[in-house]
Amino acid sequence: MSLSQAGEIVAELENVSRVYRMGSANVRALDDFSFAFRRGEFWAVMGSSGSGKSTLLNVLGCLDRPSSGQYRVRGTPTSDLDDDELSDLRSRELGFVFQSYNLIPQLDVLENILVPLFYQDDPPADGEARARRLAERVGLADRLHHRPTELSGGQQQRVAIARALVNDPALILADEATGNLDTQTSLEILKLFDELHAEGKTIVLVTHEPDIAARAERVLRLRDGRLEGVVENRLVAP
Amino acid sequence: MRTIRLGVSSLLLHKLRSALTTLGVLFGTSSVIAMLAIGEGASEKAQAEIRQLGSQNVILRSVKPREDFASNQQTRVNSYGLTNADYARVAATFPGVGRVVPVREIYEEVRRGARAMNPRVLATEPIYREVTGRKVMEGRFLTDQDERAVANVCVLSDEVAHYMFPIEAPLGHTIKIGGDYYTVVGTLMPRTRQRSDAPAAGEQTQAEVFIPLQTGRKWYGNLQVKMRAGSRDMEEVELHEIVIEVENAAEVPTVAAAAREMLGRYHETQKDYEVVVPLEQLLLAEKTKRIFNLVLGSIASISLLVGGIGIMNVMLATVTERTREIGIRRALGAKRRHIVTQFLVETVVLSVGGGLLGVALGLVVPLIVEHFADMPTVITPTAPVLAFLISAGVGVIFGLYPAWRAANMDPVEALRHE
Repeated sequence: MSLSQAGEIVAELENVSRVYRMGSANVRALDDFSFAFRRGEFWAVMGSSGSGKSTLLNVLGCLDRPSSGQYRVRGTPTSDLDDDELSDLRSRELGFVFQSYNLIPQLDVLENILVPLFYQDDPPADGEARARRLAERVGLADRLHHRPTELSGGQQQRVAIARALVNDPALILADEATGNLDTQTSLEILKLFDELHAEGKTIVLVTHEPDIAARAERVLRLRDGRLEGVVENRLVAP
Repeated sequence: MRTIRLGVSSLLLHKLRSALTTLGVLFGTSSVIAMLAIGEGASEKAQAEIRQLGSQNVILRSVKPREDFASNQQTRVNSYGLTNADYARVAATFPGVGRVVPVREIYEEVRRGARAMNPRVLATEPIYREVTGRKVMEGRFLTDQDERAVANVCVLSDEVAHYMFPIEAPLGHTIKIGGDYYTVVGTLMPRTRQRSDAPAAGEQTQAEVFIPLQTGRKWYGNLQVKMRAGSRDMEEVELHEIVIEVENAAEVPTVAAAAREMLGRYHETQKDYEVVVPLEQLLLAEKTKRIFNLVLGSIASISLLVGGIGIMNVMLATVTERTREIGIRRALGAKRRHIVTQFLVETVVLSVGGGLLGVALGLVVPLIVEHFADMPTVITPTAPVLAFLISAGVGVIFGLYPAWRAANMDPVEALRHE
């Protein structure tokens, strides 16, 4: 797999800092961090715990606001968006895949996949057809009306990936997406990410496992809220 | 629509909890309806009883004055009450007065063979029946002919007829009142319902025997002896009751005032009469009814309030329990108002569900009460509607805070919640 050529910038951080107050001390989870993610890239974010990985992911996902600096999604500055506008941005431009799948227990597979569209101001008319296609794409066409509790961990994570794709997001954010899965299932999920990457999706995968990071196109290393380095993986998927 | 379906499916996830929560509103709503129905029924009953006395009548009654002097004598004569002169004055001078009926009460036992009872024996004129609105069941009421002939005839109320003549028809038979024999010429229909437990002023014994006024005067005189344990009471009363029928209901208060004033002037020495105005009692009963309904309604509303607090409690727990779900939904693009709507819909479904079941139960309970406790109940059409709207309102009001709490969670914190 070759490195993708420089595409349009989908997410850009400019001198972003995120400061938490812990008692009397301030903790800088992100410290004057600048970075740009381009269309079609597959990044792994690595770093020890406390390095700012999660904070970076939250900022990228518009779940958390920078204390200072600017974050742009497809050129749109987020600092002056209100809560509703941020929610709207999430439902249109972002896809989330979590470590613990985070499906909604009272909904079946199809309904879970449809959730992001449900919250769009102007949902597409072909939403359900799209969800069915995605369910098929992740290999769950015959499980459409099962509840999450009736699925294995790997199947649940496939549903979550389909859900992250349903709104055709600019950026897919995955947080330790294989952390709860056994090796075999992890490989299957990673293969799915590879395929998505091949289709030109932009993916940011947070992990602390080097094996997993090695599957990404590039690795971004964080330490103490700062960029430690960038590694370009020469390895090609088996 | 989808939101409602979603809400219902979330609630079905915890069937028992939802059912128990609903119970609070259910009982609240049904008790509001039942309480109002019982209250309404009780007041209708009181009003019906007052109406029986005739809302267009003013009743003057003799009352035995209080015995404030030493009464260690074994035998004495009490002279008190309304007089024939009072009757004449009322009949002659009152404006707007239709008919005036004098009534004497005779304290004698009524017997037929071995059967004996103590009904009110009333000596009165034929128009008594019309003025008091009683209806003849069999035979006839007293007539002017009976008056003129001073005939020994009597008319029995339903109770007396039943007791004295358990098998045969009473008409034409004789009964004994005190020492004299009377021929039964008619029986009366029972009054609308039930024995009276209305306020003392309206109190009437149902068992009654009517004889012509002149007959009563002739045989029993004004002086009557009442036997009591160990002592004899001699009473001298000319008339026990004067019923004034006022032609125009609007003039009832005027006539009542005039009667009070007139009697006051002629009975200066002792207060040995009372003026009963059913219309005044009716107005009073209306007022009492409003207070009664208000009190019952508020008691029931408190149970509805408790139901609402129950809902809020459960919803707060639910919100905490589903913190993670809230985080997921927010991450996937749900706005605050989406979350508010979601939880509000759930509470409203709970309370409206409880409300509907409560209305159903509330309509059944009065029937049960009526059947087993023999209390009349009246369900006004507004009561179920009102109760239902209140229960739905309770859902919205008590759902707002938990929903607001859910919507204002920090998505990052919520996602981290285990």
